[in-house]
Amino acid sequence: MPERTDLVVIGAGPAGMAAAACAAQRDLRVLLIDEQPAAGGQIYRGLDYTDRVKLEVLGPDYPRGRELLDGLAQPGIRCLPESTVWQVTREREVFISRNGEADVVVADRIVLATGAMERAMPFPGWTRAGVMNAGAGQILLKGSALIPDDNAVLAGSGPLLYLLAWQYLQAGVKVGAILETTPRSNLIQAMVHLPGALRANAYLRKGIGLLRAIRRSRVPHFRGVTALRALGSAQVESVAFESGGNAHALPCSILLLHQGVVPNVQITRSLGLEHDWAPLPRCWHPRVSAWGETAIEGIYVAGDGGGIGGAEVAAQQGRLAALHAAQHLGAISVQECESQARPVRRHLAYHLAVRSFLDTLYSPAREYLCPSNETIICRCEEVTAGSVREYVRLGCLGPNQTKAFGRPGMGPCQGRLCGLTVSEVIAGARGVSPAEVGYYRVRPPIKPITLGELATLPLPDEQQLEAQDIG
Amino acid sequence: MPNGLSFNRLSERPGGTVTICFEGQPVTAQDGDTVAAALLAAGYAVTRTTPVHGVPRGPFCMMGVCFDCLLEIDGRANRQGCMVRVTEGLQVRRMAGARSASIGEADA
Ligand SMILES: Cc1cc2nc3c(=O)[nH]c(=O)nc-3n(C[C@H](O)[C@H](O)[C@H](O)COP(=O)(O)OP(=O)(O)OC[C@H]3O[C@@H](n4cnc5c(N)ncnc54)[C@H](O)[C@@H]3O)c2cc1C
Ligand code: FES
Repeated sequence: MPERTDLVVIGAGPAGMAAAACAAQRDLRVLLIDEQPAAGGQIYRGLDYTDRVKLEVLGPDYPRGRELLDGLAQPGIRCLPESTVWQVTREREVFISRNGEADVVVADRIVLATGAMERAMPFPGWTRAGVMNAGAGQILLKGSALIPDDNAVLAGSGPLLYLLAWQYLQAGVKVGAILETTPRSNLIQAMVHLPGALRANAYLRKGIGLLRAIRRSRVPHFRGVTALRALGSAQVESVAFESGGNAHALPCSILLLHQGVVPNVQITRSLGLEHDWAPLPRCWHPRVSAWGETAIEGIYVAGDGGGIGGAEVAAQQGRLAALHAAQHLGAISVQECESQARPVRRHLAYHLAVRSFLDTLYSPAREYLCPSNETIICRCEEVTAGSVREYVRLGCLGPNQTKAFGRPGMGPCQGRLCGLTVSEVIAGARGVSPAEVGYYRVRPPIKPITLGELATLPLPDEQQLEAQDIG
Repeated sequence: MPNGLSFNRLSERPGGTVTICFEGQPVTAQDGDTVAAALLAAGYAVTRTTPVHGVPRGPFCMMGVCFDCLLEIDGRANRQGCMVRVTEGLQVRRMAGARSASIGEADA
């Protein structure tokens, strides 16, 4: 018989850790699953041990994760690290792969807290070895204390790009250059949202502090960068671009890209849930209630997986989902749920106040949302933007039709990386919004599993099966 | 042959070193590294060639999203190098060209 539990939380980032702790404090039995070896999620990755990187390089936000981590030391919480969820069903079964074996857990309530991933930033040559996401650079730093050689170039836009540049400077890396692709007009458009952002001015102070430190470091900082290209043979050897009306080229063996993060929607999509197009951060959000509950009763979304809000927002959303789940399982009353949620909602509003400003300021340049014809947009099947435009000319209206023409989105990543770009390119070619074009249909399993793993799944109780046969 | 990618180790992780084998060559890794991190640290930028055009690729996202780090690990093909931890004596090979089947590639 499959194991049963009150609450399964998928993802042990700030949202999942806060949800698990809040639910366990209210006597729910919680199973917290994550594919990483330790809890922490993206921001607090590698919190389980301390080294020079943690103490001197990552900055003051990082140690804050300890409090969330400590909250997991409760008898009601069982942590399942290095375990990948490959399917969630509407009947609230959670299928897991762990150490080459498959397993299934049935839960009364589920919180999906699978976080964000970096938005793809396609341009000619971005598939060359040595070109990586900035987040990958940061993961190498947090997980393995690895820093790049002196000529590494950082390109793109957004707070995480500056944070990584700042962390590299703390680590003594001589960054080759920062190539800023943020359109100059963004700042003017963002100003209308400044009053809202000033309500959460800790974020603005932090951002300005990072930018000042970068300026003082005298790292070459090019603004309004267009026409990015990664050149080389097998690996990247140089990066070419235009800035201020001039053409430039810089040698580099490591080129790190970033243009914001977007929700990881693989599980919510595979459940067939509705998603709404958010025109400002240009991504899809699963549709949820004020508690984070989806249209499937008992399945919640918390954290960046529901829309990008950052670590504080993620934790508060995790708590809201846990309170609602606790109330439905009879652990707290409706009144207790409401009164305990009130301070959580206040914090949430505070930390969300800065979003419109940030989303407008770092809205990606059109060139990297909807790239040139020669650019490969589906890395797995090596499909260019030009091919997708050609499929549209031949009559394709949406991403699921283009699959049949040239296989974009049908490789091992299942369209995770190209999904948004393919929707943007089709929408651009048709002259409509991505909302009208839609997104890939995502089918389980959302991570590849082998037949050997499937064979290890516990079967339903034989006696029960027989009883059903007779009945 | 490492192909000249340059990452340096800022500090050592508690737990010491582990030796894995990449394409028959020993690679010293830190306990706790993922296979992809260990290869990048050893200077290997290219970890596979693509099935469609046979072009070289290396790890891109390091968080399980892009599948560009697919490797043959201990005889099993198509494993994500950025999601598998190093263990002593692990046998790792590049993946060249066509994939072999596992369940879960997207369908139309
Ligand atoms: C690469 C990267 C680096 C970032 N670094 C920073 C930073 O330094 N500072 C900052 O302020 N913000 C950072 N962010 C933003 C940060 O992700 C959010 O602010 C915050 O961590 C969101 O918390 P969360 O709980 O929603 O999700 P996350 O912290 O992303 O946690 C999600 C967790 O779910 C797990 N997971 C996902 N899918 C599955 C599955 N199928 N099975 C099992 N487990 C699964 C993941 O392993 C992960 O641990 C980063 C984002 C990314 C993508
Ligand atoms: S590097 Fe992207 S999945 Fe491993």
